[in-house]
Amino acid sequence: MISSVGDVQPQTLNFEEPLLLKCGESISKYELTFETYGTLNTEKTNAVLVCHALNASHHVAGTYNGDEKTLGWWDNLIGPGKPLDTDRFFVIGVNNLGGCHGSTGPSAINPVTNEPWGSAFPMVTVEDWVETQARLATKLGIGTFAAVMGGSLGGMQALQWTIDQPDRLKNAVIVAAAPKLSAQNIAFNEVARQAITLDNQFFEGDFYQHKVIPRNGLKIARMIGHITYLSDDTMDVKFGRALRKDALKFNFDTDFQIESYLRYQGDKFADTFDANTYLRITKALDYFDPAAKFSGNLADSLRNAKANYLVISFTSDWRFSPGRSEEIVEALVANKLNVSYAEIDSPNGHDAFLMDEPVYHNLISAYFERIWDEVRNA
Amino acid sequence: MLNTNKIKRRDYEIITTMIHNDSTVLDLGCGDGSLLQHLTKERNVSGYGVEKDHRNVLASLSNGVNVIQSDLEQGLSGFADSAFDYVILSLTLQAVHETETIMNEMLRVGSEVIVTFPNFGLWRHRVQIFLGQTPISKELPHQWYDTPNVHVLTINDFEKYCSNHDVCIRERIVISENGQMVTTLPNLLGAVAIYRFNKG
Repeated sequence: MISSVGDVQPQTLNFEEPLLLKCGESISKYELTFETYGTLNTEKTNAVLVCHALNASHHVAGTYNGDEKTLGWWDNLIGPGKPLDTDRFFVIGVNNLGGCHGSTGPSAINPVTNEPWGSAFPMVTVEDWVETQARLATKLGIGTFAAVMGGSLGGMQALQWTIDQPDRLKNAVIVAAAPKLSAQNIAFNEVARQAITLDNQFFEGDFYQHKVIPRNGLKIARMIGHITYLSDDTMDVKFGRALRKDALKFNFDTDFQIESYLRYQGDKFADTFDANTYLRITKALDYFDPAAKFSGNLADSLRNAKANYLVISFTSDWRFSPGRSEEIVEALVANKLNVSYAEIDSPNGHDAFLMDEPVYHNLISAYFERIWDEVRNA
Repeated sequence: MLNTNKIKRRDYEIITTMIHNDSTVLDLGCGDGSLLQHLTKERNVSGYGVEKDHRNVLASLSNGVNVIQSDLEQGLSGFADSAFDYVILSLTLQAVHETETIMNEMLRVGSEVIVTFPNFGLWRHRVQIFLGQTPISKELPHQWYDTPNVHVLTINDFEKYCSNHDVCIRERIVISENGQMVTTLPNLLGAVAIYRFNKG
């Protein structure tokens, strides 16, 4: 590791102003957990919001208590001297509402009942997240973000920001995203949800009271998700048909390395992630469709957008293929918005957005160099 | 004689004279984005460059230009009809494979199209062919085995194409090897031809 923001501490803020959610329900008060890296300048013009995807959290960069195993999920991109340089920018990572890493979510205590929210926790959407992130920005004294950035579902939030809060950000960096999920995307999410809800430890979402978790369901959900993050080629290179032992066992234990890898990933995830959060975030993905209100016309949904955009896709990403990013670019061009688009040649599938690929990181660097010029010359 | 960079610069200067202030531009094969940068400075244009090579995408991005990574041989399906005042293809026509597709796409997307190309009919090229060699010049600097050029053409070839394909030439500027305007015998004395045209 060349450099890092080092040890970091999460912070939590309370929000007492009721939040009317897109689903029609409202939350009277909630907490958001977040981390910040770098220093907010006196003009408050150098703030960058990093939105997280399905499995991640506010812990974007740095470590906890010097433990390398706790490295933030986008640490290779964000830090001193890195493409998103924390010597220049004030970077914020926030755990989304409904999450399970500190912000109010299904596993938190509902102040009304003094029990975990569980099944009573409402559905949250990308629009709701943007609203809560904007409220957090206000509390931190940030009027306008220099950039909002995210990969996958995080990229969808960045896109939604430019629609819902056009005056509150200058740039959007949208990586490996899509303007809406395809039937195949929704299908994978539904299989994951079924795995969880059909687990007999799920108890309709109120498993906390039973002191259990729907572990098998979560594990299978993660295994399915994980398959969609990798490319066929990556799996072949990494695992191929390699066996764990010398010979086939002729039973249903793990013969192949890939089986063992997926089980390991599933177990690790089930230990740290909340099943109700997983259900809700996959639904937020399914529901994301800014064009829906405009008869399916994405360009119309972006009519009031003002941001400058950098859109990036990866050739081997079959979850959100380059064509999906091109739909976004097309809609931006139709609005004559400033946009640059790159399709990165990568074998690493959807997960490529989390990897340290030079062509990709150089583009992010160059773009943030431009943003830095804007900040300095403002 | 001009070197390759000077030809490029002269090409940019002439393209600039053809473009109105505050217009919208799509620059195909935009390289490092320097033409768009130049046009933004001189004519306050807005628009996008299209570029296939990732190094050029990075260079354009660094130069502050909007760049969209795409292979123009695949067409311009991401752009609506008449989306731009001008579509520009600078010194690249001779290197494209799908010439007719690209010509049609440029005419669809732009109100006007500006195309520039090295004139294969230049006397120096003719002499080299007469001597039995593939022409090499400042405008066509490559050897036969490493050239990106697949459809070298003359001024006469291009104008015949236009008349056969219902393309209406609005303006033509031809420059010599030393960058001077050529008015007589352009197909013999012209090194680079710059055309502005639209659908007839």
